[in-house]
Amino acid sequence: MIDAILNAAPAWALTHAAPLLVMVPLFLAPMLALVPSGRIAWLIAVIATAVSFCFSLVLLGLVQTSPIGVVSYEIGRWPVPIGIEFRVDALNAMILLLVTVIGLLASVFSWPTVVAEIPKPKRALFYSAFLVCFAGLNGVAITGDAFNLFVFLEISSISTYVLVALGAGRDRRALPAAFNYLIMGTIGASFYIVGIGFLYAATGTLNMGDIASRLPELAGHRSVQAGFAFILVGLGLKAAMWPLHQWLPNAYSYSPSFVTMFLSATATKVALYALIRFLFTVFRPDFAFELSAFTGILMPLGIAAMLICSFQAVFQTDVRRILAYSSVAQVGYMILGVSLGTTEGLSAGLFHLLNHAMMKGALFMAVAGVVLTYQGTTIRDFAGLGRSAPWTMTAFAIAGLSLIGVPLTAGFQSKLQLGFALFDQGLWWAVGLLVFSSILAVIYIGRVLEAVFFQPPVNPRKTRKEAPVLLLVPLWILALANIYFGIAADVPFNLARDAAAAAFGVEAFR
Amino acid sequence: MSPETLIAAALVLPLIIAAGIAVTGWQPNLREGVTFTGAGLLFAVVILLTMHVAGGERPELYIGEAAPGLAIAFKLEPLGMLFAFVASGLWIVNSFYSVGYMRGNRERNQTRFYICFAIAIFGALGVAMSANLFTLFIFYEVLTLSTYPLVAHKGDAAAKRGGRIYMLTLMGTSIGLLLPAVMWTWVLAGQNLDFVQGGLLAHADISPVVASALLILFAFGVGKAALMPVHFWLPNAMVAPTPVSALLHAVAVVKAGVFTIMKIAIFIFGPDLLEATPSREFILWVACFTMVVGSLIAMTKDNLKARLAYSTIAQLSYVVAGAMLADPAGWLGGSLQIAAHAVGKMTLFMCAGAIYVATGLTNISDMKGLGRKMPLVFIAFLIGSMSIIGLPPFAGAWPKYELMQGAIDHGNVYLSIVLIGSSLLNIAYLLPIPLLALMPPPGTKEPKPFKRPDGAPMPTVVAPLITAALCIILFFAIGPVSKFLAPTVGDRVEYIAEGGQP
Repeated sequence: MIDAILNAAPAWALTHAAPLLVMVPLFLAPMLALVPSGRIAWLIAVIATAVSFCFSLVLLGLVQTSPIGVVSYEIGRWPVPIGIEFRVDALNAMILLLVTVIGLLASVFSWPTVVAEIPKPKRALFYSAFLVCFAGLNGVAITGDAFNLFVFLEISSISTYVLVALGAGRDRRALPAAFNYLIMGTIGASFYIVGIGFLYAATGTLNMGDIASRLPELAGHRSVQAGFAFILVGLGLKAAMWPLHQWLPNAYSYSPSFVTMFLSATATKVALYALIRFLFTVFRPDFAFELSAFTGILMPLGIAAMLICSFQAVFQTDVRRILAYSSVAQVGYMILGVSLGTTEGLSAGLFHLLNHAMMKGALFMAVAGVVLTYQGTTIRDFAGLGRSAPWTMTAFAIAGLSLIGVPLTAGFQSKLQLGFALFDQGLWWAVGLLVFSSILAVIYIGRVLEAVFFQPPVNPRKTRKEAPVLLLVPLWILALANIYFGIAADVPFNLARDAAAAAFGVEAFR
Repeated sequence: MSPETLIAAALVLPLIIAAGIAVTGWQPNLREGVTFTGAGLLFAVVILLTMHVAGGERPELYIGEAAPGLAIAFKLEPLGMLFAFVASGLWIVNSFYSVGYMRGNRERNQTRFYICFAIAIFGALGVAMSANLFTLFIFYEVLTLSTYPLVAHKGDAAAKRGGRIYMLTLMGTSIGLLLPAVMWTWVLAGQNLDFVQGGLLAHADISPVVASALLILFAFGVGKAALMPVHFWLPNAMVAPTPVSALLHAVAVVKAGVFTIMKIAIFIFGPDLLEATPSREFILWVACFTMVVGSLIAMTKDNLKARLAYSTIAQLSYVVAGAMLADPAGWLGGSLQIAAHAVGKMTLFMCAGAIYVATGLTNISDMKGLGRKMPLVFIAFLIGSMSIIGLPPFAGAWPKYELMQGAIDHGNVYLSIVLIGSSLLNIAYLLPIPLLALMPPPGTKEPKPFKRPDGAPMPTVVAPLITAALCIILFFAIGPVSKFLAPTVGDRVEYIAEGGQP
């Protein structure tokens, strides 16, 4: 399939895929602000994300066929340590594919929910902000320059604050949630930029590959270690690493349905990618201080996240909050995999990252369908929906089972790999905690599923009312992907394994 | 047909049947026709496969890898073949019975019932034929998920509660204990989960502590084997319609559990490692405890199905005990128990169902003298009881004999004492039921007239008679069955099987 794409792509696409992937949505975004009709804006957004998706496929093909596994692009032909470099290897090719696929599905599904939740004059602006955010996330994933990463991180974050605040039409609490997110996000970005400052002071360069090649001789240097600490905290905050996740539950609960769905499947993932990029390719796990950060910070925090936030999820009454806390817990799984510092662990973490995007995307899409037709998101509002909206709720159930990690779903495969990686390091107690956290997931998803399928509807006037087709199609694509990749997990697993190898690989950055 | 095609057919047929049932659901007679034709075809396929296996072949079917190293693959060996044979063969009898029972009771949602039944058979066959622990685990869960709607079939509060306990216990133990055990095995065996004759872990470097922990995880993780204290799902699952109890909770589901334990003992641990594992003795104790306590609880139950459920719990531990003996005689005894208990207990359950359809009675104390009105049913019940007790000439005699042989070979005298005690308890709680029904003490009141005017429907009487006859046939067919099993359970079996023939 990869060959077919490469053959079909024109020559200019092959050479300029990397910048175009980011630039197409970024330049379409301001134009959308001028478009009078929301519907046209929506169509343009769909086209833009689809174009980016095609470019990400081309990039993946180029990376997989490249002899060194790297596609490098010098912006403006400035040679590398001076100019900005877009650099794609197996690791960020995977992330780009994830962001663009989810972006495409999300923008297709968005129209009905946007019509219901966003006032008419703001719709085009809304899509404009979405495209900026989308371009920013792709930019974070694609760039090979540490400062440029900060720029794209802020582009995506600032547009995200706008998107979250637009939920105010449905629930005024979106405004404090967005403000809270703004403060926290800005702190995170500031920590990151301070960390980059330290690294720049020590190495005198901003290109990631260049930093990486100069760091080994500076291993004991204080400012390098301080920079590492700042970057870890800053990106950890963006990735909702426990206990820096406080912004997330509110932001997910009160933002427009479409934004929740898109952010949950992409934003934290991209921040986590940036963290992995710094942990494994810029710094290297053989630095002593980094190893101690793995065992002393990341692993306890990952485990704490998957236990504490699963517990918190059990006690929520709002379905979106349940899913939001569950997201933090799932980030904990990924961090746990990363913190092993082995190829198996990292690939299991990345594998879970892919699968989690699929299941959380599907879950939030289904919730969006419920919000659209029944207006409520508490568990009580979900009672009896199994009969009145069977298609939506069956997809919800599939994704929920995948979140629990029931066999034959994608979630099972990645938990299995994570368990293998943990046992490999002799951490059998961590497997026990992993399983325990899964049992908590049984409880919090089970509460929702029981209400959906076994309780009578609270309001008997609720008649059979399915979500619109435009919403059901992307929802079912994701739900079926959960099953398909639960049975034949080769594709995502190989992507994750190659990505982990690339993160460790010497050739990836030097 | 090549054996590979046959394996594929054995897996695909139940799914085709399920689809066929769904399509023809509007026409009950047609729907039942699909079930019978399909079940017959499936049994024919399994017979053909059995002949291949008996001829010494080990057919394999490789579907693909779910993830690198985790293959979905099937490989036949005698023990799995025996389980597949029993499950698919008894499915025909059970379908016949179901028709009578479900129509006689005017149950609702019959189409869903038959569909789930076919999928459950798919799961059981997958478990029986799996070539590695990963495939087995997947099909184990298919079996759990597909039987949940059957347990909660009635849809009232009690059925839902029973179904929830069933689901949560089986899912909880399998994800909480069995799955970590599978992961651990994967790492210990060097990224491999295949079933290997002689033991996958036999040559791995494992400390006794690790092996002990692993064995305990496996033994309690396979919740379907109903080892105490994870047995309580089974009595709760008795809210299901009786055909479900008969086929699933006497044959397919619980046998999938003990089959998994047997398979792990033989193919994952292997005789030498199992022998060297300290917790083997502990699991053996737990099995003995389950046998005795299960029987004792059974005595206190007046509800017939509840009594049979506890009896099943006790009987399943025979297989676990056999597996834990780690020698050929014990393994042979355990394997024979899979088949012998299946026919015996299924007879009892089907009789209980026939009584319920005809009279609406569920309590044993109300059944005195009922044998006069339903003699055939109670004669079948008597035969089934005697087989469970282990009297010759009924099938249940052989597993007990072999288990005792294994226990004595192994120097576990207490196991033989427990087995004898368990037989006595079986007599105490099973035999009074048919005897009091057939020969009521003087002064017993005449039983109430039938709830259904014409008594038990014909299929519900014929089906238990068939399985009762199988109890007797299996007793005499034990030589060939032992020979068939010999390649899996070990070479000393040749000798024991020869020596054991009367």
